[in-house]
Amino acid sequence: MGMIIQGATGDWEVVIGLEIHAQVTSKSKLFSGSSAAYGAEPNSQVSFIDAAMPGMLPVFNEMAVEQAVRTGLGLNAKINKFSVFDRKNYFYADLPQGYQISQYLQPIVGEGKIIIDLKEGETREIGITRLHLEQDAGKSLHDQSPNQTFVDLNRSGVPLMEIVSEPDMRSPEEAAAYVKKIRSIVRYLGTCDGNMEEGSMRADVNVSVRKPGEGFGTRCEMKNINSVRFMQQAIIYEANRQVDILEAGGTVDQETRLYDPDKGETRSLRSKEEAHDYRYFPDPDLLPLEFDDAFIEKIRADLPELPDDKKNRFIEEMGLTPYDAGVLVAEKEVAEYFEAVAEGRDSKLSANWVIGELFGHLNRTGKALAESPVKAKALGELIDLIKDGTISNRIAKEVFEEMFETGKKAADIVEEKGLKQVSDTGAIEAAIDEVIAANPDKVAEYRGGKDKLFGFFMGQVMKATQGKANPGVVTGILKPKLDG
Amino acid sequence: MGDLTKLGIAAARDGLNAGDFSARELTAAHITAMVAAKPLNAFITETPDQAVEAATASDARRAKGEAGKLEGIPLAIKDLFCTKDVLTTAASHILDGFKPRYESTVTANLWKEGAVMLGKVNLDELAMGSSNETSYYGNVVNPWRRAGDNRDLVPGGSSGGSASAVASFSAMGATGTDTGGSIRQPASFTGIVGCKPTYGRCSRWGVVAFASSLDQPGPMARSVRDTAIMLEAMAGFDPKDSTSVDMPVPNFEAALTGDIRGLKVGIPKEYRTDGMSPEIEALWQQGIDWMKAAGAEIVEISLPHTKYALAAYYIIAPAEASSNLARYDGVRYGLRVEGKDLNDMYANTRAEGFGAEVKRRLLIGTYALSAGYYDAYYLKAQKVRTRIANDFKEAYEKVDVILTPTAPSAAFSFGDKSDDPLAMYLNDVFTVPASLAGLPGISVPAGLSEEGLPLGLQLLGRPFDEETVFRAAGVLEEAAGFTATPTDWWRG
Repeated sequence: MGMIIQGATGDWEVVIGLEIHAQVTSKSKLFSGSSAAYGAEPNSQVSFIDAAMPGMLPVFNEMAVEQAVRTGLGLNAKINKFSVFDRKNYFYADLPQGYQISQYLQPIVGEGKIIIDLKEGETREIGITRLHLEQDAGKSLHDQSPNQTFVDLNRSGVPLMEIVSEPDMRSPEEAAAYVKKIRSIVRYLGTCDGNMEEGSMRADVNVSVRKPGEGFGTRCEMKNINSVRFMQQAIIYEANRQVDILEAGGTVDQETRLYDPDKGETRSLRSKEEAHDYRYFPDPDLLPLEFDDAFIEKIRADLPELPDDKKNRFIEEMGLTPYDAGVLVAEKEVAEYFEAVAEGRDSKLSANWVIGELFGHLNRTGKALAESPVKAKALGELIDLIKDGTISNRIAKEVFEEMFETGKKAADIVEEKGLKQVSDTGAIEAAIDEVIAANPDKVAEYRGGKDKLFGFFMGQVMKATQGKANPGVVTGILKPKLDG
Repeated sequence: MGDLTKLGIAAARDGLNAGDFSARELTAAHITAMVAAKPLNAFITETPDQAVEAATASDARRAKGEAGKLEGIPLAIKDLFCTKDVLTTAASHILDGFKPRYESTVTANLWKEGAVMLGKVNLDELAMGSSNETSYYGNVVNPWRRAGDNRDLVPGGSSGGSASAVASFSAMGATGTDTGGSIRQPASFTGIVGCKPTYGRCSRWGVVAFASSLDQPGPMARSVRDTAIMLEAMAGFDPKDSTSVDMPVPNFEAALTGDIRGLKVGIPKEYRTDGMSPEIEALWQQGIDWMKAAGAEIVEISLPHTKYALAAYYIIAPAEASSNLARYDGVRYGLRVEGKDLNDMYANTRAEGFGAEVKRRLLIGTYALSAGYYDAYYLKAQKVRTRIANDFKEAYEKVDVILTPTAPSAAFSFGDKSDDPLAMYLNDVFTVPASLAGLPGISVPAGLSEEGLPLGLQLLGRPFDEETVFRAAGVLEEAAGFTATPTDWWRG
């Protein structure tokens, strides 16, 4: 569902397009051999090329090129076998060359499309306009001195992919789903770690509003948003701001705006008139990038199963619901965890345990999956104990609780605590007889047609056996006794 | 032992091999000559101590039987090549105090072959100019003077310091760079040989960039053979330069067979420009006659887009320069003139750091790339460039080399053209087309003007066919028998 803003003059529709900058997972920078790792001492990963010393020349990092092609394939996009690197010229203290090497008219990847996952298993297709490779700038540090700016060039030259969407999104939720999906795809592909906090992924958000059915309105771009939550807040604020302007009879100026998460508002950074003239032209230091079908096919052959394919397989082959499948494939690590649990076991039961108990515990304790004290193998063993009748589902939950706290193995906990399910028919029958004898009224009601009371008897028997009775065995004995 | 500075590289190599003199002696003689030639202002930085040290090491290598191709040969290095821990200025104030922590590939190749650096030579600021009048470090003076006239003349540019050092016998050879004629035109003005190799033959890594798609390092020396020997040492594939070409480097000296019988020499009719000076025209005809006499076949050819070359060049080169020079911003190295904020600091630094000609080209280049003008200027110029390259391609289906004058005139006086950029740019009219097409070319001294100044003829070849260019140049040199040298008036 699109977001509709009800204004005085009628409904307004929000139109959103995104440019996602994703840092390419690569050991070295786009055009130099220095490390692209995050978090090093300032200016410790800077080659003469990254610092734009006189006479230094860029040379392609083949790995980054492969990663861009891999990502393009993951976005179901056209791979351009001929592409060109251009210089985007502007002055800034943390841009050592005075230009950024990027791709302008002829990017490495052309049009593609992805499916985004919305609430209730609903999906939508969002168009990808292009993906191009470019180098990152350095970082200006304004807080090191009261009257000077320091520059850290560690990021200078780090390879980025800019993934540009069509203006296909109609609500903050869709934009969020899009970012999550892109993040999921690049993480599956191993082409970007998707870490928004470290700046490995950030988005420029274009927002405009229009009356439904009309042409696109004038858009504003909000730069460098590094959280999905802030992005949604920014879209809502910005869309409402534009509606207010238009309804007051004004016009929206095409401009670049900045979202201030502290104040929850956007403000103008520069107008269209103040926009840079980047004077793009092909970088004469680099030859056009050319490769053949064999290069693309080799990369295609190495592609992992991507979230959409995995989701379909979970639904069709494992019989999961679209919702469960969607939840399980969204994060590569979750899918891997689930598949390890479900390997050779009941898929639905495995899915329930991962989504229900595991996620519940992780959420409650604020842990990430990687930090889970219960690894996939251990959870699988717990499920095996349920399946072979050693413990009931209910006892299993207690065992899981203990596993999560102590990291112990399920079998050990069951053994230590004597939680092994009772399947001894003699013991169970004795317990049943006691329950029947203690509740003559209920037995009469049941026999009078109140079938629902069966649950009551089950509960009483389980209570009497401290939950250890095998529910199947209980049912098998209880039912004929009650039915008389 | 005689005056060692009067030897050529080939002869010095033989003398060193024969043990007639040492690299130390050869270097000492050149240091003396270099110091004596100070009035020419060819050098920005002299490195005599380093030279003596290098020569001593060279003698030791030779004693061990490890002599390289240029073992012990003292050379001057255009101050556009970055040299490790040695001031590198590009003749611009903007690079104040800049000492690179790296060595350009071309100079590293030279040192690997045993060459000795005498110092860094002057040039037009950032290689922009045709007369060496734009250097922050002052004009370079041509060792040549008009007969009976004591006025100083320009050495040409931008490799004017290289040319002046070689022509004044201060160095046996020098590196130059050629973007639109910056090796060939000064070679012509100073009576020496200058070779611009095919674009991609020599690495640009570590050479301060002017116009990346045109810049090409090359050798300047006093004979075709010396130039061939030098180029072989300088050239070679460099994985650090994406535009460098992965091809084997031939033995260029071996190409000097002296035999051009059957060689097809093209004479482009479009180079016979209106108003060409009669003595240039006569020299050209003389060159044609010499080639014919040596057994070459002379073929009239047409390069129809020649007349657009200069215009295209003066869009493309400044456009690339406007971007290449953006890195000189006062932030990391070189000159910084403080300001009240970042933009002010940029403006102050670049206003003070760049000279007038550089600023002119930055403005032209910035304009040519601007939104709304890009198609009309830069893109159009690139299309012209493609046409020009095609002209040559078609011509080389009929001929093996092309013979033209190098420059429209002999060396001129200071101030003659410095107020008229268009007149100055016209100096490159014969050299620019081959630059745009990336072709190899050489200027060979072929005669003296009526005023007693050297004049060069240019030979152009197919891409990566420097061998044929050298072979033809060797024959032309032999026929011209150019032995004139300037009087050493600068010694006072």
